[in-house]
Amino acid sequence: MREQIEGSQAVARTVAACRPQVVCAYPISPQTHIVETLSRLVMSQQLGGCEYLNVDSEFAAMSAAIGASAAGARTYTATASQGLLYMVEAVYNASGLGLPIVMTVANRAIGAPINIWNDHSDAMSQRDSGWIQMYAEDNQHAVDLHVMAYRLAEEVSLPVMVCMDGFILTHAVEEVDLPEQTQVDAFLPPFEPRQILDPDDPVSIGAMVGPEAFLEVRYLAHQRQMQALETIPRIAAEFAAATGRQRDGLVTPYRLEDADVAVVALGSVLGTLKDAVDALRVRGVNAGVLGITSFRPFPLAAVRAALGSVGRIVVLEKTLAVGIGGVLSSNIRTAMADTGTPTTTVIAGLGGRPILQASLEQMIVDAHRGRSADLSFLDLNTGLVERELARTRASRRSGPAAENMLRDAMADAVPESGARG
Amino acid sequence: MNGRDGTPFAITLGVGSSLANKTGSWRTERPVYRNALPPCNDACPAGENIQGWLYEAEGGDYEAAWRLLVADNPFPAIMGRVCYHPCQAACNRAHLDEAVGINAVERFLGDAALQAGWELPAPLPDTGRSVLIVGAGPSGLSAAHHLRRAGHRVVIREAGPLPGGMMRFGIPAYRLPRDVLDAEVGRLLGSGIELHLDDRVDDLMAASRGFDATFLAVGAHIGRRAYIPAGESAHILDAVGVLRDTADDQPPLLGRRVVVYGGGNTAMDAARTAKRLGAEEAIVVYRRTRDRMPAHDSEVAEALEEGVIMRWLSTIRHVDEGSMVVERMELDADGFPRPTGETEELAADSLVLALGQDVDLSLLDGVPDLEVVDGVVTVDDRMMTGHAGVFAGGDMVPSERTVTVAVGHGKQAARTIDAWLRGEEYRHAARPALADVTSLNTWYYTDAPASVRPTLDLVRRISTFDEVTLGLDEDTAVFEARRCLSCGNCFHCDNCFGVCPDNAVRKFAEGSGAGDNGRDYAFDLDYCKGCGLCVAECPSGAIDLVPEQI
Amino acid sequence: MTERLRFYQTGSFAVRNRLLPVVDASVQSDPGRANAITSGHRACQGCGEALGARYALDAAMRASGGRMVAVNATGCLEVFSTPYPETSWQIPWMHSLFGNAAAVASGVAAALRVTGRDDVRVVAQAGDGGTVDIGLGPLSGMFERNDDVLFICYDNEAYMNTGVQRSGATPPAARTMTTPAVGPHPGAPFGQGKDLPRIAMAHEIPYVATATVADLRDLEDKVTTAMSIRGARYLHVLVPCPLGWGSASRDTVRVARLATESGLFPVFEAHDGEVTSVTPIRRRVPVEDYLRIQKRYAHLFGEPPATGVIAHIQATADRNIRRYRIEEAPV
Repeated sequence: MREQIEGSQAVARTVAACRPQVVCAYPISPQTHIVETLSRLVMSQQLGGCEYLNVDSEFAAMSAAIGASAAGARTYTATASQGLLYMVEAVYNASGLGLPIVMTVANRAIGAPINIWNDHSDAMSQRDSGWIQMYAEDNQHAVDLHVMAYRLAEEVSLPVMVCMDGFILTHAVEEVDLPEQTQVDAFLPPFEPRQILDPDDPVSIGAMVGPEAFLEVRYLAHQRQMQALETIPRIAAEFAAATGRQRDGLVTPYRLEDADVAVVALGSVLGTLKDAVDALRVRGVNAGVLGITSFRPFPLAAVRAALGSVGRIVVLEKTLAVGIGGVLSSNIRTAMADTGTPTTTVIAGLGGRPILQASLEQMIVDAHRGRSADLSFLDLNTGLVERELARTRASRRSGPAAENMLRDAMADAVPESGARG
Repeated sequence: MNGRDGTPFAITLGVGSSLANKTGSWRTERPVYRNALPPCNDACPAGENIQGWLYEAEGGDYEAAWRLLVADNPFPAIMGRVCYHPCQAACNRAHLDEAVGINAVERFLGDAALQAGWELPAPLPDTGRSVLIVGAGPSGLSAAHHLRRAGHRVVIREAGPLPGGMMRFGIPAYRLPRDVLDAEVGRLLGSGIELHLDDRVDDLMAASRGFDATFLAVGAHIGRRAYIPAGESAHILDAVGVLRDTADDQPPLLGRRVVVYGGGNTAMDAARTAKRLGAEEAIVVYRRTRDRMPAHDSEVAEALEEGVIMRWLSTIRHVDEGSMVVERMELDADGFPRPTGETEELAADSLVLALGQDVDLSLLDGVPDLEVVDGVVTVDDRMMTGHAGVFAGGDMVPSERTVTVAVGHGKQAARTIDAWLRGEEYRHAARPALADVTSLNTWYYTDAPASVRPTLDLVRRISTFDEVTLGLDEDTAVFEARRCLSCGNCFHCDNCFGVCPDNAVRKFAEGSGAGDNGRDYAFDLDYCKGCGLCVAECPSGAIDLVPEQI
Repeated sequence: MTERLRFYQTGSFAVRNRLLPVVDASVQSDPGRANAITSGHRACQGCGEALGARYALDAAMRASGGRMVAVNATGCLEVFSTPYPETSWQIPWMHSLFGNAAAVASGVAAALRVTGRDDVRVVAQAGDGGTVDIGLGPLSGMFERNDDVLFICYDNEAYMNTGVQRSGATPPAARTMTTPAVGPHPGAPFGQGKDLPRIAMAHEIPYVATATVADLRDLEDKVTTAMSIRGARYLHVLVPCPLGWGSASRDTVRVARLATESGLFPVFEAHDGEVTSVTPIRRRVPVEDYLRIQKRYAHLFGEPPATGVIAHIQATADRNIRRYRIEEAPV
């Protein structure tokens, strides 16, 4: 059913169609609209057979999800940013226990300075948590990923994080084809837990494992994700058969067949990138795009296959691994290690900074000409940075950098105010 | 590679698998069930297993209690009346509130047996051996009981007209009703013991011919006379005689004012008997103070209640018809009474001497190797005299002269005679450690002060020979039994089973004896870490912690 | 006649009284008790927590007819019971994290309810650290939502699993590795710490109770009462730790008994935020009797003894006795 609908509501209604039995909710922007909508669906009994828990923190949300899942319920929660970091201990625990929880992460920056807008710092911080991570390109993708996420999670007994860009997707109203309940029911069988707290068949879950077996436990966790690399395309194909919507599952190549330059990215920026590529191709620059849907497990083979013929690779990242640069980049470099393809990293869109098509085109052109730095920052306001650096050199107590630069930026935007730090 | 039933490897485990981990290897000390000696048992002259029969009585199985009791002492109803119960003086419960009323429960059981007609256990098959017992007092009857049970032929020769000895002729009926005495003695004799009454033995060597062993228990019936200057018509009697004649229904004429001279139990009995025989005043004259009186406190107290007058620190200097001269004494620095020379005249119709009793040893003339010291016969720890095969007990050997001691002598002599007859040496079982109050955890016992035996209304008491102290009703008797702490012995409280943090105590059905040392519990040394909690929380101190041999 | 007679030698103080009818016997006296945590666990000798956990969970198992699951916070109880490849639990049991037992239990309860299995009851358990400190947020959340969970805190008054560090439940003057017995004010400071039973009561949850391993029947009664109620329930059990308290392993029950008999650990129960019954002190003792047998207070009994500090602790006991009206019961 096609509807003009806000991304959060589309996701909420799709999650509801997956018939979660326990939803653990704690508000944080920009995911709040999702749990609000779910609350309305539960209380109005449009979503029946569901316990909606208003918990006291994200830590409690994930913990309650762990308990619910271990007791045999299909479980859902959503979070973002600081919230994800607040629940980190439980995030790792859920995957370690092999509990098929599905969680939406409405991607948002991490403070300080506090910032409610989009980037991928939050989810990227959990790349090694043992969760499967899927990144949505648009709201239709987000909706479809949630249905597949439950199927995947329960099939491989691992939790799945569906990442969608905060505000850019969560708050965007666009046309989405919401899966019908019958379609979901046909695609997603009832939850059959692999382990369950049951007086009729008691087990001890969550034992302490020492040096004699911990390595093996972690090895098996890795193996499980490796197996998921095969499961994900199969599920995507089944989903396509059920809904008619083609999904690749692991990666989404765009005009890569004859590309000299490929840009690799995650999430909603892929749309702008495709527009930039289309525009550049008109100008004779043969560029292409590779979207990564499955960031964990990371599809090394699929990436290598998709990028095998390109001459240069630009990895566009909405997160900064402070002290080294890119996160996705290092994964791409691993995939391409034996190809020698020059690969550069561009950090963009942090904290909600708009990523302009023009900037992307310039970035691709620069790469095409071989003029890219190994690491660059898209649309970095070097003036702001220079002024702050000067202040820092002048005085040890130069004041908080964020506020200083904010003042500078406002002054730049409105020069007649005359404000100078 | 998954765990059980495909659950996550290592993280999810099948229940109870820790049983593979034998934590018993941590242990440096191990708990061991023990039976320590309860202080009551330790103090009982008759060697009764008091804690044992109280345990049976607690649960309401009075017959089992009685059977355990008579295995050591065939006279529970008598004991429950005349025993001075040193068990109660030793009782650990006194540290909590008051001693358990053991004696009252014993009497309850004894009376219950007489009422129900429970029979003593049948004797073992005849051994072909025979034993002569001289004297049918408590010691002789006790020995007869145990020897007969062992299957020996027993012949008692008694000089008096009736069996019972001092129980009949020394203890007034108000303390021991004759029907009770007759019933318990009669029951005992019913097991095939030959009793010859009015059959005094004058020549032991002749009498013991044809017997394999002899037990002497002739008692001490001769009232000790002291020289007191007296006028010709002074009326002086001895206490043993007074008590015997009263028991024979030939009460002596004592007059309105009677003075009893002496401070022992016999003096108390004589004074109280005098009151019952019609004396308006019965005055006990004793040369020391009350705390030095050999009479038992309860007897003194009851005598005082009945109006007996005590003149402590007094001696009798001269006796005349209708009066006597009494001298006041004082204690010197060492606590000995010294005359002061201060005298006064005391009006009195008669003087009863209660200065102790002597043994008539004439039957021993001509018995070789016998040793007599201070008027009593020397015996060894087997109760055997210097003459092989001749044993002796009761008042005629050196010891405290009570019925209970006599009964104990009888039992002890019977055991050693039995061994002697089989050509063996009787050996005492090793005495276990005493269960003193520090070995108990008294927290677990319910607070419960002693119940008091009802006593006969005072007016009725001093005018008749009705029994003064009455028995407990069943409720009260059981209550009293349940006050027992079972010192040193398991009473199935399950504390060890409960407080073990390691589930290392196994519990079996009560009375099954399927556990350690015949207990109903066993320590599982595979898992016991030796923490000692079971030891500390055992109410009765019935578990020891012993070093592990490492 | 035994029916009429109300005196049973050990009354209800001991684990069992052979003279009492079977229906009045404690759960622990039953050879068929659940042994929710069984032999082979790696708790120290004389561990109060191992004992308290079996007491409580066996009672809960009986009350629930064996339809029960347990959630466990990280801590001694978890570590000593489930080192791979062995578990001592004989009931469905789950451990997630240190601070989240209450939230996990909430999730379990929600799942059981929504899957139509709410005959299965949920018990969460944690030490004092997992309860009063790191786990307090989720616990408070579980309380205020009135989730159908019985949360049991086994309070041994410090972080024992990590080697005896101060927690919000460590009493004043007690020596721990982070409140060492040095300096002008040795041991844990006065005027700090949390009284979790009262915090729980402030949530007005249906049932709050305290108990100790020294009074089994009381503990079992409270678990049974708690299991008869739906909603959030809290049971705070004092479980002495021989290692952390420096008491003899055999004295675990004795120390707990002295804690109550001195008034330092009041035993009571509360329904809907109001105290409804208290266990009167039976044989009152000065706090010194309790303190002396624990090495964690050894610095109070040096030369000269810290009489002021002991008096301060006595005042705490006296206040408890006033506050809960647990004066010595008349005999």
